[in-house]
Amino acid sequence: MSEATLFGLCAAALVGLGLYGLVCHPGALRKILAFNLLGSGVFLLFGVVARRGADPASGLGGDPVPQALVITGLVVAFAATAIAVALVLRLAATLGRTGLEPERPAGPDRKPEDRS
Amino acid sequence: MSVGPLVDIGLALLILSLAVWIIATRATYRAAEGFVAYGLLAALVWVRLGSVDVALTEAALGSGLTGLLLLRAAARLPADDPAETSRPSPGLRLLVGVLSALVAAGLAAVVLLLPEPAPSLAPAAMASLPETGLGNPVTGVLLAYRAVDTLGESVVLVLALAGLWSLAADGAWGGRPASLRSAPAGNALRFLAQVLPPFGILVAIHIFWIGADYPGGKFQAATILAAMWVLVLVAGLRQPPPVTSRRMRWLVVFGSLAFLAIGLAGIGLADAFLAYPDGWAKPLILVIEATLTLSIAVILGLLLAGPPADDRSEPGS
Repeated sequence: MSEATLFGLCAAALVGLGLYGLVCHPGALRKILAFNLLGSGVFLLFGVVARRGADPASGLGGDPVPQALVITGLVVAFAATAIAVALVLRLAATLGRTGLEPERPAGPDRKPEDRS
Repeated sequence: MSVGPLVDIGLALLILSLAVWIIATRATYRAAEGFVAYGLLAALVWVRLGSVDVALTEAALGSGLTGLLLLRAAARLPADDPAETSRPSPGLRLLVGVLSALVAAGLAAVVLLLPEPAPSLAPAAMASLPETGLGNPVTGVLLAYRAVDTLGESVVLVLALAGLWSLAADGAWGGRPASLRSAPAGNALRFLAQVLPPFGILVAIHIFWIGADYPGGKFQAATILAAMWVLVLVAGLRQPPPVTSRRMRWLVVFGSLAFLAIGLAGIGLADAFLAYPDGWAKPLILVIEATLTLSIAVILGLLLAGPPADDRSEPGS
């Protein structure tokens, strides 16, 4: 198995893991983390495609077009993460909590919440 | 080369187990720490995949700056209250797990069924590279073949900063960004913030300069510059400028404006938007890279510094 295939399978697993964390984690910051993991898996898939397009004739270790796309993607992912983190911090400062579930009326199994 | 496959298998196992741990651990701060290590491992994977340009970006931006962002946020947020944040029921988690595994299996099947021989734009990218005067095909894609993507990206960064600033509380507008402010820094941190930046700036200029011919370039250099600035801010040696500072706002848009101006000049001088006149490609690309490096460094630092905060009502500072 070539290293491209190996890391391709690894990237597929990372996407699955990130997706699971994104859906199942209640905390907003953990969702951002999981989303970054998912994105990292997608970027690695680009890297695998780039590696398969290696051109020994010109001495290139990979296709430069997907590589350039990933560099652009990494920078945009950072900008998006910065905005998402700022949103979570603002939410926490406003509501005093970090969960994303809407405020439900107090059920029998939940302590009543103060609504200010 | 016989060690290569073993290294690859070990790296893949390590990165997968770390990812599982990041998702599974309950402490948010620990997960953010794990993400920093994960980014460095991912950079190693990029080296193994032959993409040194991406490896540099991943290590500096994906691991370093994103890690700092997440660690600061995890430290500032109140700890998750288990009563407040309800995890999905086990049945639902199982369902999500199965569906996520299906997505992963689908992607794995795609990886295994990729066409042979692999389609590649590498020969085409190399064929026209001498006309640009560049030696690094990735820089060629970023600033010559697909310059319009890079222009769009530099504008996206400006818009992201505007979006971040718009999250400021009404009373805080006009203040200084406060997310990097912390308790008085220890002597070791202050010393590091005084000694390291000159070397960091030299390294950044080197990475920027060799980017034309070897792995490196404006994004990597800008990230290193931003990291040096952020180090100075975290140590409390300098304050970030207020968001109303006109000089800083010019710095933020300077790179995109210069890029756009050169692109528009291309319509008159080379018959197409973002085309370079014959023989002028290399100097123009260097000008664009230099201005973008400066602007992107400022934007990255400001994205980390967060929205402006009111000095008086800021808690915990």
